[in-house]
Amino acid sequence: MTRRNTLVLIIILALFAFALWALLPIEGERFGRQGIRLGLDLRGGIHMVYKADLSSVEPGKETEAIDGAIAVIEKRINLLGVTEPVIQRQGADRILVELPGISEAEKAKRLIGQTALLEFREQVEGEDGEMEWLPATAIVNGQEKVLTSAYFKENTEVVPHRLTGVPILIFDWNEEGSKLSKEITGRLIGKPLGIFLGDEPLLGEDGQPIAPIVRATIIDSGQIEGLSWNEARDLSKLLNAGRIPIPLTAIYEQSISPMLGADFIRMSVTAGLIGIILVLLFMIIYYRLSGVLASLALIFYGALVLALFKLIPVTLTLAGIGGFVLSIGMAVDANVLIFERMKEEFQTGRTLGAAIETGFNRAWTAIRDSNVTTFIVCGILYWLGSSIVASAPVMAFALTLFIGVAVSMFTAIVVTRTFLRLFVGTRLAKKTSLFSIYPGRG
Amino acid sequence: MFDIVGKRFWFFLISAGVILIGIISLVVFPLKLGIEFGSGSMMTVSFEREVELSQLKQELASLGYGSAIVQRSGEGDFFIRTRELTGEDKTQLESDLAAELGQFKEMEFYSVSPRVAEETARNAAIAVAIAAVGVLLYITWAFRRMPKPFHYGTCAVIALVHDVLVVLGIFSILGGIWGWEINLMFITGILAVIGYSVNNTVVVFDRIRENLIKGVSSSFEVVVNNSLVETLSRSLNTSLTTLFVVLALLLFVGASIQNFAVVLLIGIIAGTYSSLCIASLLLIVWEKGEWGRFIHWLPLPVRAEK
Repeated sequence: MTRRNTLVLIIILALFAFALWALLPIEGERFGRQGIRLGLDLRGGIHMVYKADLSSVEPGKETEAIDGAIAVIEKRINLLGVTEPVIQRQGADRILVELPGISEAEKAKRLIGQTALLEFREQVEGEDGEMEWLPATAIVNGQEKVLTSAYFKENTEVVPHRLTGVPILIFDWNEEGSKLSKEITGRLIGKPLGIFLGDEPLLGEDGQPIAPIVRATIIDSGQIEGLSWNEARDLSKLLNAGRIPIPLTAIYEQSISPMLGADFIRMSVTAGLIGIILVLLFMIIYYRLSGVLASLALIFYGALVLALFKLIPVTLTLAGIGGFVLSIGMAVDANVLIFERMKEEFQTGRTLGAAIETGFNRAWTAIRDSNVTTFIVCGILYWLGSSIVASAPVMAFALTLFIGVAVSMFTAIVVTRTFLRLFVGTRLAKKTSLFSIYPGRG
Repeated sequence: MFDIVGKRFWFFLISAGVILIGIISLVVFPLKLGIEFGSGSMMTVSFEREVELSQLKQELASLGYGSAIVQRSGEGDFFIRTRELTGEDKTQLESDLAAELGQFKEMEFYSVSPRVAEETARNAAIAVAIAAVGVLLYITWAFRRMPKPFHYGTCAVIALVHDVLVVLGIFSILGGIWGWEINLMFITGILAVIGYSVNNTVVVFDRIRENLIKGVSSSFEVVVNNSLVETLSRSLNTSLTTLFVVLALLLFVGASIQNFAVVLLIGIIAGTYSSLCIASLLLIVWEKGEWGRFIHWLPLPVRAEK
């Protein structure tokens, strides 16, 4: 019995050492995990959910359209240089975009939401005599089509003008675009060709709409002049990244400044530490030596759970920290159950060794059955989290509480019992008052 | 030894009173839906210059956001909740505010469309319902060797419904005073309370099961009373340690987790009370077929007044 206990003790200490090694330093890398992964609410960032309008998509091609949109968004986000972006399909017609740690929320949103479609327009005299910009169309292969950047090859680039040195964005038409362009520019010689981004005219560096006068028929390639270097480069990248094939509308948006996140972390660490200290004090005052042992087990618990968070990895959000802190309070529950049992066993006059064994055995069914209900609730919360758009807080809470309760069953039962057994047969064991406040009171 | 069982109808009366007050409060101060359930936009801004709450409210009203809810959340920081803002609305609002009240930093921005809000509210309600059914089935199964396992499951579920009602009622009173809204953290808290309440109830039921098997007494009332007294210090101690950490969360993390912490705070107290004084005592009521006494007994105080 004692030899086996020593073996278990060695395993526990090894596990504790492993947990500390894996955990510390918090920012250090272990098994390819760099630090504890923090959710958007703690490190700042953007969480957007877009709904795709699939009404114009042929039936059966919906998945393809969404995948196409995701591919384009991915390319655009790469332009921002965000680390660990998440771009995912959610349900049938939704796209989730998570950009952690980003501070320029507006810029990112504009970039994702861009239609990135340049439309060429011609001036036509309206009924009231005013000149209006209307999409420039031509008939190709028997169909009337609008000349847009959809017919660009995805190799646009920005180069200095050979003579003036001002930036020009050059592009090549694809086959269909060549035909359209030949037709349209052919009939517009001497007239302006307007360039529109979505419904707005493309504005040059000088704030004026860019609408060059067509001087010759444009067949294979063209150029846009008048943008600043930065604008031209951004536009070129956007055009090369491709066009999102379906209209997207934002249905959920959350952006949090990284500064706020840092505050949350500091406050939750304080709350966690104070919570742990109060629990430790209570256990030690109420259960004396047993409480000290339970406290050691609780510290082991904290290290093990945090190490698991880092290694799995669990994305820690504010709600997740709430779940972890709550689990600290609940983690001692198994110990409380066991110690109360031991107290009763002492009252019937048992020795320390006997009280430990019966106490643990009798408390087991209550510990098992009561924790299963917590697991059921965690499962339901996890489902709830996965079924809604604002999923992160609920899922993180479910996950941290689940891990917390599962680990606490191990630490409160195996670890505390192993520690307690060390005292069996020693002189201290005779002083049952060390282990319980009402020893042997019949 | 304490006689808890004998005073069971007093405990029921206390619960009924608290729940009744809660229901009245729910009617008077209906729970306000946060943007996750009610849709809209919310931002937290931090002004560089000194700005008064009334100034900001006035400014918003003149920009056409008269119905916006504005709250001060710290030194120079404000919470602004409006109808759902589109990208353009937001840019416009921001530049107008900055022009009138000086530069500010936007700390947080949320925007939820009505469709998403509706979906979230529906799924949250489903989750709470599934949790109740899951608990009923599990406890009935866990106590399958007992004579009437279904009684245990049902009483545990009544206790958890009790806890949820108490939390809703008290939250509506506090919400009425401080203008709190219910959000997703609130629902997370409610589900955590359900788990916690049942956890407590199961510990007491487990002791009843053990004492019944041991044959402590032939009287069901005595068995239940003994079990309650024996598990009393465990119930109180676990609740205390959990309350410590919840209080720490409430005091040190503050506003963003406040809903969750307050729900847990009320829920843990209600859950401890209900597992001791509602779930177990209802077992006796059911065992002895005393349901009729609720009807005979409830008018009693009225008669006493005559």
